[in-house]
Amino acid sequence: MTDKRQDKSLSHIQRKLIPSYIFLIIVSIISVFPLYWMATAATNTTVEVARGKIWFGTNLMENYKNLIAQQNLWQSMWNSFFYAIVQTVLCLLICSLAGYGFELYHDKHKDRLFGVLLLAMMVPQVATLIPLFTMISKLKLLNTVWAFIIPSISTPFMIMMFRQNSRNFPVALLEAARIDGETEFNIFFKMYMPIMKSTYAAAAVITFMNAWNSYMWPRTVMKGNAVQTMPMLIANLSNGYAVDYGMLMLGVLFCSLPTIIIFFVLQKQFAEGITGAVK
Amino acid sequence: MKQKNKGGVQARQQAAGWAFLTPATLLIFLMSFYPMVQAFITSLKTGSSANLQWAEPLFNNYSRMFQDRMFKTAMGNTFLYLIIQVPIMLVLAILLAQLLNNKDLKFRGLFRTMIFLPCATALVSYAIIFKTLFATQGLINSWLVGIGIVKENINWLGQPGTAKAVIIIALLWRWTGYNMVFFLAGLQNIDYSVYEAANIDGASGWQTFWSITVPLLKPVIVMTGIMSINGTLQLFDESVNLTNGGPANTTITMSHYIYNNSLGQGVANFGYASALAFVVFILVAVLAWINMKVGDTRD
Repeated sequence: MTDKRQDKSLSHIQRKLIPSYIFLIIVSIISVFPLYWMATAATNTTVEVARGKIWFGTNLMENYKNLIAQQNLWQSMWNSFFYAIVQTVLCLLICSLAGYGFELYHDKHKDRLFGVLLLAMMVPQVATLIPLFTMISKLKLLNTVWAFIIPSISTPFMIMMFRQNSRNFPVALLEAARIDGETEFNIFFKMYMPIMKSTYAAAAVITFMNAWNSYMWPRTVMKGNAVQTMPMLIANLSNGYAVDYGMLMLGVLFCSLPTIIIFFVLQKQFAEGITGAVK
Repeated sequence: MKQKNKGGVQARQQAAGWAFLTPATLLIFLMSFYPMVQAFITSLKTGSSANLQWAEPLFNNYSRMFQDRMFKTAMGNTFLYLIIQVPIMLVLAILLAQLLNNKDLKFRGLFRTMIFLPCATALVSYAIIFKTLFATQGLINSWLVGIGIVKENINWLGQPGTAKAVIIIALLWRWTGYNMVFFLAGLQNIDYSVYEAANIDGASGWQTFWSITVPLLKPVIVMTGIMSINGTLQLFDESVNLTNGGPANTTITMSHYIYNNSLGQGVANFGYASALAFVVFILVAVLAWINMKVGDTRD
């Protein structure tokens, strides 16, 4: 009797949700379709793409051959990976040290300094472009990994994220370790880092993605095929006069696949990374 | 140099604290604040990049903007994208978050993943995808002609109005799910019983949305608002890769225009570009400040 009543009310609830389902299905299709279409286009000829084919074809290998004939695909893939990984490692180290310092050793001066650092969030990238470019070229660092990473190693967002999350680090543990005579640096590397694993994971996902996706800065300081990144490669591809859509979309697929895979494997960390500094 | 034991320990801890935050702090000063000061100084200068001289009068680069029609176009476009895209996106994001926060809804995880997916795409990637979708010989046209809504292919990216519309559509596609995640996180902090109470009181979905969800999400709305304004004022990748500013620079954004003035093709004019960049900086700061003030009206 009760079961039956519950069943009825449940289906009633579901019926009321029908408009929600319809709306969500439409939005979901719109969200996924361009990426699905990109994947299909990568396997079709340019004529098929232009004709509006939205199913997988047989031209994948041909597109691939054309792509590697025109562009140094694997060199750019390697560059993108290499720069993004170096940037992620250094950014996490520097920003977590700072976040830890700002939170667990906080006093009036450090809080004020932190407030000042946050102002850097408002500095538009395009405003610092010329001075940074001049600086990097004077240091003879153009076309090196350093040129790519230096401006983004320390970001207010990441410092804030580690500072916020450091509140979960048990102070009692810190004090116990001090009594045991551990040095401050050892406490950070041996205790803080392992305990804050999940924060590091979220920060790593978001930093890697930002580095992989960055375009304006690499375009400015990384000139030439040997040092170009994937976003630069596909931007070059799409600027040709007669664009081969199949080949172009295969390039876009190569550029998007790493971040999409990371998204599916580490979605939770990605969401935490985006919203991480706000809690 | 022998100190009393306790004082020594405390001093050492203090020193460690400063040591921890010094590298990051130095880098931010060197890579953000110092360049910003330099940009301001450069904005008062004129001449080629190798031979910069103080401008005469000093604020010449700033007064020059008032006669610059391209500057006005770029500014107008940037604000157009801001005023149309940001509100639609935020309302849509809140709405989606609200729908997905319903415990009775099935497949919530799947919906969330799909709507969230666009932000895993590189900015250049999605700009090129949309450029291709909306190409004259592209999929959208072949559909529209196929259904019979239009008679012949529309040159979406070749006309100022439609090109701007495509940029706005692309931006909505890329960023709505991103903002939704913030609102979902915000909604999880709202006690579900509030909604049940409203439901019992007979409030409709829209009433609940406007009188409970929106006010409780205010801090998140302010924050996503600031981020979106900041991001839109700095739009670059889309302008470059979707329309390349065209046709005839009618869709160009501020950042794109500044880039063209400094490091793009043609004549480099570091002084003028720096002045333009400084204006963007002030706009970002002022709009963020207004947004915070508006959001701060505590009842």
